[in-house]
Amino acid sequence: MLKDITLGQFFPGDSPLHKLDPRTKLILTTVYIILVFVARGAPGFAVILLFTLAMIAASKIPAKIILRGLRPLVFIITFTAIINLFWTKGENLLFRLGFIEIYSEGVLYAVLMVLRVVLLLLGSSVLLTYTTSPIALTDGLEQLLSPLKKLRVPVHEFAMMMTIALRFIPTLIEETDKIMNAQKARGVDFSSGGIIRRAKALIPILIPLFVSAFRRADELAIAMECRCYRGGEGRTRMKVLKLSYRDLVASVIFVFFTAAVIAANVFIPWLSV
Amino acid sequence: MSGTPFIKAENLCFSYSIAEDGGLRRELPVIKNVSFEIGRGDFVAILGHNGSGKSTLAKLLNLILTPTSGKIYIDGRDITDPAITEDDIFEIRRKIGMVFQNPDNQLVATVVEEDVAFGPENLGIPPEEIRRRVNEALAIVGMSAYARHSPHQLSGGQKQRVAIAGIIAMLPECIVFDESTSMLDPSGRKEVMNTIVSLNRDRGITVLHITHNMDEAVLADRVIVINDGEIFLDGTPREVFSHVGELQSVGLDVPQVTELLYELSVDGIKMPDGSPLPRGVLSEEEGAEILRALL
Ligand SMILES: Nc1ncnc2c1ncn2[C@@H]1O[C@H](COP(=O)(O)OP(=O)(O)OP(=O)(O)O)[C@@H](O)[C@H]1O
Ligand SMILES: [Mg+2]
Repeated sequence: MLKDITLGQFFPGDSPLHKLDPRTKLILTTVYIILVFVARGAPGFAVILLFTLAMIAASKIPAKIILRGLRPLVFIITFTAIINLFWTKGENLLFRLGFIEIYSEGVLYAVLMVLRVVLLLLGSSVLLTYTTSPIALTDGLEQLLSPLKKLRVPVHEFAMMMTIALRFIPTLIEETDKIMNAQKARGVDFSSGGIIRRAKALIPILIPLFVSAFRRADELAIAMECRCYRGGEGRTRMKVLKLSYRDLVASVIFVFFTAAVIAANVFIPWLSV
Repeated sequence: MSGTPFIKAENLCFSYSIAEDGGLRRELPVIKNVSFEIGRGDFVAILGHNGSGKSTLAKLLNLILTPTSGKIYIDGRDITDPAITEDDIFEIRRKIGMVFQNPDNQLVATVVEEDVAFGPENLGIPPEEIRRRVNEALAIVGMSAYARHSPHQLSGGQKQRVAIAGIIAMLPECIVFDESTSMLDPSGRKEVMNTIVSLNRDRGITVLHITHNMDEAVLADRVIVINDGEIFLDGTPREVFSHVGELQSVGLDVPQVTELLYELSVDGIKMPDGSPLPRGVLSEEEGAEILRALL
């Protein structure tokens, strides 16, 4: 039951996207997100759409899994579509029913806005979350943000916290499972009654869980001290992130992609929003 | 044992300072005027009932806790010297590694090999050297095949061996095991005990093994019994376990054979030639031999 919760959405594999350096992927994802917001006309969107489909193909992640990732967004997508459809006023009235007026501009807005949301999710998940392990992501973030250390931003500490959280989430989930079973065996009912009753039934789970989490934290801190941990200062890493020719190729491809989107924006801004 | 002892404690005292109601602090003496020496390459078992101060003593040895008074020398160097630098402290923690009771609460990383690398990374060792040490440490504990697994997929005994590998990779001279087998099932215990014994026998690593398990204590060269913050008995397993009555008076068990022969001799049973029954018998074979002679 609880154990089935997966961490992040990482989908292990060895596609070219998986093999890129996490730092490259973080930067390219940022560029991608900016481009999705910058795109104005239908041709621009078409370029991004084609590029995203190509990335999905390159990632070798089954379409089923990608579509499943869109499911939580159905509400936002529907909401975006409806708002744009009904609230956009234009010149070209298509349809009127009482006070509801739908213009052709509204349809266009709705389609492009929905496309924007979907592209954002598809692109960032295929470029980053599906193809990068949480550890690589943490390492990449730490390295990219390391210049901020000069401004006294505790970058290393945040990365360490993320690593430890990732390490302990499965342990705590397992423990929650055990405590729930123990309480069930004593007749606590988690699945019936109103919201308040159910929330109350959670208290006997949360309290032992918190107590144990604090004990774990205490013991882990001592174990880390015994292993000579003293923060990021003077620390080396076994696995050093290394840029390869792949990162260069990916960056060059992205330069062309960016150029194509900007050119489409400037020269063929048909059906702009 | 020649030259300076590896660990030497002189009149060591330690109290926890406990906050009480009204902002007052109360001192709780836990280690009381303890002195001992441990030689390089020794295998010492430390026994004592719950709350007798074993873990506290262990944490004093690598300066997780600072003694209230008394001296500790590691390798001839006074670590209680107030002039000690932070680098010295980390060098001591490298030399004296610690493995704790709960295997889950000492693994830091989400991948076995990354966890083993954690200690050497903290020491600032170059990447290639860390890689070499990690591979070697995993091979020593027999966990090379699991290098890429995530800790939560391993059994308790396997996790504990990974924790040991994480210490070995720092090239320690001594490892303190604080009840490291007590949460494991019998097969996990055996895996870990075999690893500990071979670290001592084959690699000359000094081992302090804190335990409640008498059968594990018997494997050591020397047993120190701690009661209420003081050293109660100290000697070879045979000597220590011949004091059955005293051990039971401080709430400790003795191995079953030892107890059986002790009870027989208390009941006035003697060897066929009239001599008293041997005391501190530890192995079942030896016990069986004596029983056969009696029958
Ligand atoms: N952090 C602490 N603060 C205050 N008192 C403590 C602390 N840790 C331990 N104690 C007390 O010090 C005494 C010795 O504790 P210690 O953990 O050293 O015993 P132990 O021999 O390791 O016991 P066990 O076999 O249960 O592990 C106990 O009475 C305990 O309650
Ligand atoms: Mg203890």
